[in-house]
Amino acid sequence: MSYQGKFRVWRGDADGGDFEDFTVEVNEGEVVLDIIHRLQATQVPDLAVRWNCKAGKCGSCSAEVNGRPRLLCMTRMSTFAEDEVVTVTPVRAFPVIRDLVPDVSYNYTKAREIPAFTPPKELAPGEYRMQQQDVERSQEFRKCIECFLCQDVCHVIRDHEENKESFAGPRYLMRIAELEMHPLDAADRTTEAQNEHGLGFCNITKCCTEVCPEGIKITDNALIPMKERVADRKYDPVVWLGSKIFRRDRGKS
Amino acid sequence: MDENTGVFSARRAVIPARTLRTDRWWLQPLLTVLGLGAFVIYATVRAFWGAAYWVPEHHYLTPFYSPCMSTACEPGSSHFGTLFDFPWFIPYAALSLPFLLGFRLTCYYYRKAYYRAFWFSPPACAVSEPHGKYTGETRLPLIIQNVHRYFFYAAFIVTLINTYDAILAFDGENGFGIGLGNIILVGNVVLLWGYTLSCHSCRHVTGGRLKNFAKHPTRYWLWTKVSKLNVRHMQFAWITLGSLVLTDFYVMLVASGVISDLRIIN
Repeated sequence: MSYQGKFRVWRGDADGGDFEDFTVEVNEGEVVLDIIHRLQATQVPDLAVRWNCKAGKCGSCSAEVNGRPRLLCMTRMSTFAEDEVVTVTPVRAFPVIRDLVPDVSYNYTKAREIPAFTPPKELAPGEYRMQQQDVERSQEFRKCIECFLCQDVCHVIRDHEENKESFAGPRYLMRIAELEMHPLDAADRTTEAQNEHGLGFCNITKCCTEVCPEGIKITDNALIPMKERVADRKYDPVVWLGSKIFRRDRGKS
Repeated sequence: MDENTGVFSARRAVIPARTLRTDRWWLQPLLTVLGLGAFVIYATVRAFWGAAYWVPEHHYLTPFYSPCMSTACEPGSSHFGTLFDFPWFIPYAALSLPFLLGFRLTCYYYRKAYYRAFWFSPPACAVSEPHGKYTGETRLPLIIQNVHRYFFYAAFIVTLINTYDAILAFDGENGFGIGLGNIILVGNVVLLWGYTLSCHSCRHVTGGRLKNFAKHPTRYWLWTKVSKLNVRHMQFAWITLGSLVLTDFYVMLVASGVISDLRIIN
């Protein structure tokens, strides 16, 4: 069951580029990355694409297929009609290096800005203990393969380059949530999330959740819980008063 | 949007189109505008109508007039007493409707829906928004969305009141009885509880704010239950809009004598 599929692939670099049309053989069971590889093998040997595992686990082959942020290796050709033109572009929120390869260094910069896990001073390594229900909570966030599709689709930075400096993006706000929900993390993540990493920019339109290839409920389980914790700390006079009267931060217990 | 920012910024792939999506991405925002618009029009008209909200023989009270606090409320319809004669521009349920409106306006689901559909911020995923600048919920007025939990507390009380109304409706002029109206009122209240308890602020208050689940087993258990409901928050948000309209419309038809209530018992 083969057919000749029609493809429009963006080619170029940071100085400019355009779409090129190709007709390529498509076989049953193939994914878009297979087609890109066939293009390299048969027509354009210098076509640049970043890939590694071909199993949806390395997060390398992020791109946009028919305008939707996807992993090339997880987008089945069977989801398209045989006469449909399939458009493949690099992710559009980040600078392009060449063809389908983006420069995702923004994400590494943001990752470095988040202080690492901070255990309590009184515990030595080896003495850390946590229960299963607490492990499960952050385990969901650790499924992240860092494909940066959530970062790519987030309109805060996709549509507003100037926000990149003050907004960490869903992936790293989720990292902050993971640390904040860790029973042994002693750092103040809440104020930091709002003041340093731009949580207030998020208007919970859920595109990050929609595109996540790991199915992580980023908005419901990380971003909204963080927004509620920020509300506890900064915008809720009753919680503030309670923490003063009882002389403890109830959120930390 | 400025032609030199966003997806058209320097060093990004030069692609002139705002989106390359080929699916019907505009359908969802369109349906949201139509659905929310229809509800707002219906609810506004009914809230200020001032008639056909109470069925005296079966004690049916529409949620749009609960609690009925004006001295002009029909005899028997004020379950919590009256205050004064409300002028025409104040709805009889002025003590509950603003809080219910606030609860839905600041709701995390509705925010997503109207930011997308009415403000195009963004209209759909990977579809560029038309605005040149974006500050989100970092400053006034949208920073006010952080009061959602207070509206949740108020909505919780109003849902209790709606529940009380639905229970009272089993005791009509001729004593205990069950009619189609009772089933609709109870069904609506059950769905309203579904929407209210699936709220993200409720999830946070019950256990989400804890840093250590293992130390608080009861709150953790509660959190798991609310979390199960929370997954359906969007569905409850839409279903309750429909159930509120249906309940009010049924009570309106019976109260105005257009139809008579279908009685099952007494």
